[in-house]
Amino acid sequence: MSNKILEVKNLSKHFGKTKVLMDINFSMEEGQVVSVIGSSGSGKTTLLRCINMLEVANGGKIYLDGNLFIDADSGMKYTQKELREKQLSLGLVFQDFNLFPQYSVLENVTLAPRLLAKERPDYKERKKEILHEIEENAKEILASVGLSEKLNNYPCQLSGGQKQRVSIARALALKPRVLFFDEPTSALDPELTGEILKVIRQLAAEHITMIIVTHEIDFAYSVSDKVIFMDKGVIAEEGTPDEVLKNPKNPRTQAFLQKLS
Amino acid sequence: MSITLNDLILVGTKLAEGFNVTLQIFALTLLFALPLGLIISFGSMSKIAIIKYPIKLFIWIIRGTPLMLQLLVVYYGPSILFGVKGLSNFPAVIITFVINYACYFSEIYRGGIESVPKGQYEAGQVLGLKKSQTFFRIVLLQVVKHIVPPMSNEIITLVKDTSLARTIMLYEVIWAGQKFITSRGWLWPLFATAVFYLLFCGILTLLFGYIEKKLDYFN
Ligand SMILES: Nc1ncnc2c1ncn2[C@@H]1O[C@H](COP(=O)(O)OP(=O)(O)OP(=O)(O)O)[C@@H](O)[C@H]1O
Ligand SMILES: [Mg+2]
Repeated sequence: MSNKILEVKNLSKHFGKTKVLMDINFSMEEGQVVSVIGSSGSGKTTLLRCINMLEVANGGKIYLDGNLFIDADSGMKYTQKELREKQLSLGLVFQDFNLFPQYSVLENVTLAPRLLAKERPDYKERKKEILHEIEENAKEILASVGLSEKLNNYPCQLSGGQKQRVSIARALALKPRVLFFDEPTSALDPELTGEILKVIRQLAAEHITMIIVTHEIDFAYSVSDKVIFMDKGVIAEEGTPDEVLKNPKNPRTQAFLQKLS
Repeated sequence: MSITLNDLILVGTKLAEGFNVTLQIFALTLLFALPLGLIISFGSMSKIAIIKYPIKLFIWIIRGTPLMLQLLVVYYGPSILFGVKGLSNFPAVIITFVINYACYFSEIYRGGIESVPKGQYEAGQVLGLKKSQTFFRIVLLQVVKHIVPPMSNEIITLVKDTSLARTIMLYEVIWAGQKFITSRGWLWPLFATAVFYLLFCGILTLLFGYIEKKLDYFN
């Protein structure tokens, strides 16, 4: 097999009669950053939600590390357990953070790893050690996104940018194979977008594999290995940032970029 | 008119007896209506129409008619309509109150559950939490926080609604007070029952205020 970490083949999705994704094909390699751009309603969020199994795709196949990950063609349903295992190998950062309000910053990051650790066979004997490891790991991640000072704060005490950094840390704590972002800066005041983009850049430098839906074209240009332009449920153009963002061939890409600048 | 210490003790004892029944109605109603309300709320949010709509209709009827009327129907209904021996008054009161309050509680629960954004469930899901973990670790406390104020209102209303039990001749505190009018020509014991209500509602208000404060740290 190739060293493709993620491969999407003929993915399709419709809501009732509305076709939202039609025959989506793309792939990426480990450590790459792919940006997805496109106008509102073009299906970017739906694409992320289908891969992360928050929506059930209607057709197509997705491979992760060369293994069949989602088979939407067979129409078979996954059990809760299978679904969870699959979702754990991917991470998703939401536009509006979705932090857990009743938990502190540190608890938001450790909750899922702690619950997951309970399923380890050695949990009972090594409980203390395991929980300590989880906490140390969470603190390290939070430090890397500049939140060491905020460990015991609650989400309602944070700025939007800080909330989004917690939500990135929360996703990273589970060490996903691929981390997805759905417009991570869209819910933020313009002056706060910079801090999130900086964190994502830093993750790119650490070779974290990421797919980012964004409207920040300059950012997409500088951080991505590949850019995908979506239009009305299809990939209208894909290629290097230079190809898609500087020399777009498709008139619809040209029109989209024109409108933004 | 002067009230002697003996009068006070006599009235106090009788009112306390009556209030004991009031407390029983209160406690038993909560005990059964709180969980039953949760079940009804799940029913009213069901995606299955033949469960959802009959339950919604039922809630509408119960909330749309007076509790006093419901008491009379449950108490006299069986014997008048079907000629069978009905319930005695205490069980009739409990059953009516439980059904009535369960319907009110179910609407409060529904509001609480629906107030938790879909994103909270989805965040739990993408973090690999089981459905039960998402409910108990993430959703539940947010629901509780949301329902404490309306619940506290409803529960304090229940305290006072217990007095309706006298409609079907259940001897509760108001009746205990009222009896002194006929037996002794005293009016003041009836007003003294207010002290019991005030004290009890005061304690509940403090309790709910405390819980609300405890949950104040997040929103
Ligand atoms: N749950 C749903 N039910 C019905 N239609 C939906 C649903 N979710 C999305 N859609 C429709 O699918 C289309 C694509 O939506 P999607 O959210 O994927 O677009 P998007 O590219 O992310 O847009 P935006 O830039 O505004 O976030 C839209 O027409 C939308 O109305
Ligand atoms: Mg979107």
